[in-house]
Amino acid sequence: MAWTRKDLLGLESLSREEIELILSTAESFKEVSTREIKKVPALRGKTVVNLFYEPSTRTRVSFEVAAKRLSADVINISPETSSVRKGETLVDTGRNIQALKADIIVVRHASSGAAAMLSRHLDISVVNAGDGWHEHPTQALLDIFTLKEKIGRIKGINVTIVGDIAHSRVARSNIWGLTKLGANVTLCAPKMLIPVGIEEMGVNITDNIDDALVRADAVNVLRMQFERDESAAFPEALDYFRKFGITSERLNKAKKNIILMHPGPINRGIEIESDVADGPNSVILEQVINGIALRMAVLFLVSQGHDKKYEDIN
Amino acid sequence: MKEKAKILDGDTILRALMRIAHEILEKNKGIDKLCLVGIRNRGVYLAHRLAECIKRIEHKDIPVGILDITLYRDDLTLIAQQPLVRKTEIDFDINNKVVILVDDVLYTGRTIRAALDALVDFGRPKLIQLAILVDRGHRELPIRADYVGKNIPTALRETVEVRLKEVDGVDEVVIIEQ
Amino acid sequence: MKILIKGGRVVDPANNLDKVCDVLIENGKISKVALNIKTDAKEIIDASSKIVVPGLVDMHVHLREPGREDKETVKSGTLAALAGGVTSLLAMPNTQPPIDSKEHLDVLGDIINKTARANVFIAASITKGRLGEELVDIASLKKQGIVAITDDGDSVDSDILMSSAFSKAGESNVLVICHCEDKLLSMNGAVNLGFTSTRMGLRGISKESEYKRIERDITLAKDAGACLHIAHVSCKESIELIADAKKKGIAITAETAPHYFALDEAAVIDYDTNMKMNPPLRTTQDRESIKQALKDGIIDVIASDHAPHTENEKDIEFERAEFGVTGLETELSASITELVNTNLLNWPELVKKMSFNPAQILGIDKGTLTPGRAADIIVVSGDRERIVKKEEFVSKSKNSPFLNRKLKGVVEYTICGGKIAYKYKKE
Repeated sequence: MAWTRKDLLGLESLSREEIELILSTAESFKEVSTREIKKVPALRGKTVVNLFYEPSTRTRVSFEVAAKRLSADVINISPETSSVRKGETLVDTGRNIQALKADIIVVRHASSGAAAMLSRHLDISVVNAGDGWHEHPTQALLDIFTLKEKIGRIKGINVTIVGDIAHSRVARSNIWGLTKLGANVTLCAPKMLIPVGIEEMGVNITDNIDDALVRADAVNVLRMQFERDESAAFPEALDYFRKFGITSERLNKAKKNIILMHPGPINRGIEIESDVADGPNSVILEQVINGIALRMAVLFLVSQGHDKKYEDIN
Repeated sequence: MKEKAKILDGDTILRALMRIAHEILEKNKGIDKLCLVGIRNRGVYLAHRLAECIKRIEHKDIPVGILDITLYRDDLTLIAQQPLVRKTEIDFDINNKVVILVDDVLYTGRTIRAALDALVDFGRPKLIQLAILVDRGHRELPIRADYVGKNIPTALRETVEVRLKEVDGVDEVVIIEQ
Repeated sequence: MKILIKGGRVVDPANNLDKVCDVLIENGKISKVALNIKTDAKEIIDASSKIVVPGLVDMHVHLREPGREDKETVKSGTLAALAGGVTSLLAMPNTQPPIDSKEHLDVLGDIINKTARANVFIAASITKGRLGEELVDIASLKKQGIVAITDDGDSVDSDILMSSAFSKAGESNVLVICHCEDKLLSMNGAVNLGFTSTRMGLRGISKESEYKRIERDITLAKDAGACLHIAHVSCKESIELIADAKKKGIAITAETAPHYFALDEAAVIDYDTNMKMNPPLRTTQDRESIKQALKDGIIDVIASDHAPHTENEKDIEFERAEFGVTGLETELSASITELVNTNLLNWPELVKKMSFNPAQILGIDKGTLTPGRAADIIVVSGDRERIVKKEEFVSKSKNSPFLNRKLKGVVEYTICGGKIAYKYKKE
């Protein structure tokens, strides 16, 4: 199968075959980072702009490293989020970047749909590095890549996602990706953090962490952002840790080889026990390593996609 | 499209590879520092066969690596269908080695140019030589092979297809007319 | 000045008329509706194979003037109305300043007198400044010519205040139009609450926020004996409440907008802000319920909820984009396409929903072809297709949910006050 898309906006719109192509391409790219000279000329002369409206060190750096290992030039733009209302609109910023003859925009934005909107207005490639609560496709792809590397397959495995599902783009992208590849996904969170209708995405739901872990081959622990607390319905941090925190005691009751993932940055002692995060089940640092290969694959693939999505009906 | 002529069959391919093996050993005065790197796709199988031939003569294994040159192509932006990127596997040190690059057909020379770029990213070999099963001419770059199985003068509208048991189920080289 | 509309299918439910005949207009009035009218009229409109109906009465339009003339003006809005076959409309009071006093009403009245190209009727707000705190002087505003009151865009949260509004409106015989939304329940939502809001990662607007408020307003209106009109009904639960109230004989009428029966939440998935309105596009099941309620007469009126916005306010991040879509120029085509073409409604039923019923509800002298009435008439090609193009809009704003869609039905002529006020250009 061939890749045709100029953008990567989310995993909901991708087919199983497209996801598998990204994963297998990433496998090839992983070797590049093991070389003495960690660079290939595939995107030589191309410009990648990291347009990050939300602070993010790890995702931005990962994209930057990925782009540079493909020999692209990288420009980082972090518009002042506080002045967005007064300042240039997202689309205008995008058009300006396009006028600079950039080839790919990697965008992180607090508004769901921001990447889709840029893609609708621009001819150059748009890669979604996280939009609101909507999707974070490269994070989910690197999670899935890591799982596949560890377990050897995705079909039929049991993956539990724990945490604030309602406000998590990582969860949404993981659910789309994993279910398309045939994994069984269980969500575990306090009821108030399970968004309405999410069962239509083909997942199991529970608020009992021990039930959620018992059959799990892997558990993906989401970052709890208590600072985002916008309603009284949000749980207390300590209470959350008591009921949902991943502790060694809980892991001992799970499968021996259960794989522990976290998109980072970790809140030690809030969603995960410190020793567990550093323990033998944790693949957190491998996720970071795989993130580079995965993002190299995505940048390489979209740089050559040339679909025209919004055709005039005439 | 039709097959115009069969140039080599299983026996003649084997003989050509055997001869190249002898030439490699003669030119490099033994297998010291020698390694083989096959270019994906069919160059990989030819490299393994050459290693087999050398082993028959010298009774020793020499390392064989795999090179995927997709990321080094100079026509990435021109081709309509995106090529599949596959793994490069060179799990030995090529610094100060004699690297024999192996491919099936030598044509414009662009693949070899890309392969040379890729190789130097892995280190600084003492020497790089090129072994080719078929040289069909029409070079676009100043590149020549050190070892050639067979020179086949062709017209531009013709293509040379190398078929190997490992991928195609049969060993043969044919000329196809468009 | 005489105009003869010749040989069209004349549909006038007020007079139980649906047949091919002629309509003669003299001195701005309808003078005769009959077969083969002999006349010396110079202007003759050949309406053969076309449909001739009373000009539409759109009881939910935001003209934005005074205050936001960059979005729409009385002039541009009424010109857009004429292009859509609307000859009479009710202007919503959420202008800047809102229509909450004689002074502000006079400002708007003056603008209308000078610039309106169609008949504009005025709704005043229920509360001063639309702040939900203090009632306007309903009785005196009624004397000055308003035909309804509404805090459209907002609902009056205080039960006591709303109850007193219904009482005073009942005494003065003023229609109360309710935008039913409990903002504590819909808080900051952008799309329908459910799988759609979840997969899009947006806050959802629950159906409860709509129907709970409808339930309250029905109770309050019944107790006060006022006439209640529910604006832009979007979901099944609301319909059930309205049906129930009607069964009990409560003076209630209801309206929906074309987007609620032509579209559903699937249209919003690509974050197209032209699909963002309040209430939001609901489920396919709600969409079907709306259609059925139109058929069953539970919903009396189709109105556009024409809500023009500039591109600066629309073409931005979805959650920041303004709510609302334009509708004057597409409501008839969208209704023909979705309701008449699908045989859900016949032409007389459609004319009732878009012209006769709203005129009756507002108590205005419109919506019929009765001889002697002002000649507000439109000539429509029911089968002619059009593709809705951004550049063809007359309205100042282009935020239509039907952009680039193919619709059936074209307004060929709009006659307003006996004059040809609009003529479709494309042949």
